[in-house]
Amino acid sequence: MSFERTQEKLKILADAAKYDVSCASSGSKRSNTSKGLGDATGMGICHSYTEDGRCVSLLKILLTNYCIFDCAYCVTRKSNDIKRAAFQVQEVVDLTINFYRRNYIEGLFLSSGIFKSADYTMERLVAVAKKLRLEENFNGYIHLKSIPGASDELMKEAGLYADRLSVNIEIPTKEGLKLLAPEKNREDFIKPMKKVKNEIILYNSEKKLIKSTPKFAPAGQSTQMIIGAIGESDQQIMWTSNYFYKKFNLKRVYYSGYIPISYDTRLPQIGTAVPMLRENRLYQTDWLMRFYGFEVHEILNNDHQNLDLEVDPKLGWALRNLEQFPVDVNKADKRMLARVPGLGMKSVYKILQARRFRNLNWEHLQKMGVALNRAKYFLICQSRDFERRDLTGPQLKSLILQNSTSKYQKILSPQLSLFE
Amino acid sequence: MILPQDYTLVYDGTFDGFLTCVFHVYDLKLKQVHIQRKSHAQESLFGTSEEVLTDLEKSDRVWKGIKKKTTAKGRSKLYYAFLSEQKQVENLLLRYIQYALNSTMLIDADFANQDVLKVTQVAKSVGREKHRMEAFVRFRLTKDGLYFANIEPDFDVLPLISAHFKRRYADQKWVIYDLKRNYGLYYDLEKVDIINLSLPDDFDATKTTSEFFATEELEFQTLWQDYFESTNIPSRKNMKLHIQHVPKRYWKYLSEKLR
Repeated sequence: MSFERTQEKLKILADAAKYDVSCASSGSKRSNTSKGLGDATGMGICHSYTEDGRCVSLLKILLTNYCIFDCAYCVTRKSNDIKRAAFQVQEVVDLTINFYRRNYIEGLFLSSGIFKSADYTMERLVAVAKKLRLEENFNGYIHLKSIPGASDELMKEAGLYADRLSVNIEIPTKEGLKLLAPEKNREDFIKPMKKVKNEIILYNSEKKLIKSTPKFAPAGQSTQMIIGAIGESDQQIMWTSNYFYKKFNLKRVYYSGYIPISYDTRLPQIGTAVPMLRENRLYQTDWLMRFYGFEVHEILNNDHQNLDLEVDPKLGWALRNLEQFPVDVNKADKRMLARVPGLGMKSVYKILQARRFRNLNWEHLQKMGVALNRAKYFLICQSRDFERRDLTGPQLKSLILQNSTSKYQKILSPQLSLFE
Repeated sequence: MILPQDYTLVYDGTFDGFLTCVFHVYDLKLKQVHIQRKSHAQESLFGTSEEVLTDLEKSDRVWKGIKKKTTAKGRSKLYYAFLSEQKQVENLLLRYIQYALNSTMLIDADFANQDVLKVTQVAKSVGREKHRMEAFVRFRLTKDGLYFANIEPDFDVLPLISAHFKRRYADQKWVIYDLKRNYGLYYDLEKVDIINLSLPDDFDATKTTSEFFATEELEFQTLWQDYFESTNIPSRKNMKLHIQHVPKRYWKYLSEKLR
């Protein structure tokens, strides 16, 4: 490995890969059985964090940033005048192994621009994973990008070596995709996703009969959408997300606030702020769907097409459904406790456990870490003290906002900075 | 405060030593008792102080008793909290154990009890430090082909991370050395041993000199630093969040933060 050449390529191809926000390294079951290198059984580990606060868990690089496509939102689009580079298979293998041995990373996240054809590109991604597994006896985490349009045979092989596969649907609406990436259509994204989903189901059912069935993409599939590039609503984003979770059993959908990288008039102009608060609210909604037992239409529907940026989506839902409150901390079931603003799933667990021993009061809840500034309006407990006023949703909202400070204060009230 | 009728047990700082103290508390029916590790022990004018010698038979009996009255989770909490080395943690653990032994129910999840909640919280911070060390250990390849890492964790987490590193780096020799507590783990491709090193006087743990480390080591550190820089998105910069995830006290041994 020539140090200078690798160094140059790494800078270009890491820079080009950073817009893919996924860095998960959890959910796999690959253990180190033959005294090889690496183990991907436990929870994911973030070995470092970038200055923008994102986790660095995997060596996230492109195999190449040469690309035959010209998608407006993408930094490696054909018409963009940037430096291009391509790794050799062995270079990626060497970097992965040497970074892993130093405990820098959990594994590799390999994506690529599309050169020549979908299959030609996918073949090379698979070749890297295969070499790591078979020649280097590497049991760390491998995340491969599914190249839209890749053949079923290649996707099948990819699943045998990778822990996770992902294909980004990029734009939440079909119309938006047509506008920004006219050469692509959604079917191309869906084809490899469908193949992988079916193979996972097949392998899992075979595994029940024959224990030695090899693993197939044990950490499942994920996808990513760009937020705020084409004026879509939160409802469109989350309903699309819900569709992919349900239809393709996805493990994760990522939401990536659009970072202006182009003067293309179809897109927000360079200098436009990244919609980070909106991104955060979307992730909160995603969590409510996956862990808190909410259906997407409860939070976003034709009457409420966008999330309230001022309050979290659970509080937003509760303010519209005050008739379901207050909830008795000492009696309510898990489902309803999970719907109380200010109660996370860890608090719910603690409450369910602790109330077996005694009835809980405000002091108990506070010590356990419940966010009472929100929760107190929605709960009753072992105390005469509770919210007796018959407040309306808007009254309650302003009361809660008065008594709390958001970490997004600056974004919410930009006019303040004028007087500072 | 230590009062005249109080009883202080001093032990060697090991978990078995602590459990031996618990044995004494029950054996001698001690009330008003304080347990202190030797290195923390303060001379007191009042009360009675006694040094307890670690006795594996006694500690074993106590542990067996605890086993009957706690869940596996509860016992792991006790051990984690013990490794926090926090002042007076022994007294907290003693109260927890007494509460568990006196109860008919398994009390590990009685989070409205302040001792149970406190042990849970301390155990959680130790768990967080364990996880941080699994993340922040940075091995450097020495001239002898050994992967060497130095750490200074807030709590004594080496016993907790040993299995993780053994499983993961089964095919390379490695050392993880706690400079604060002056002991480390050495894996020789077969087993993990506890070692004490006498590091050279001029050894600077933050520097990768060619005297100790392989020539390619600096190259890989450079590539890693480059990668760390390239993967950052400046328009999303959020140093508050960054420091929350990677507190400054860990920076000195993180090669990506040295540039």
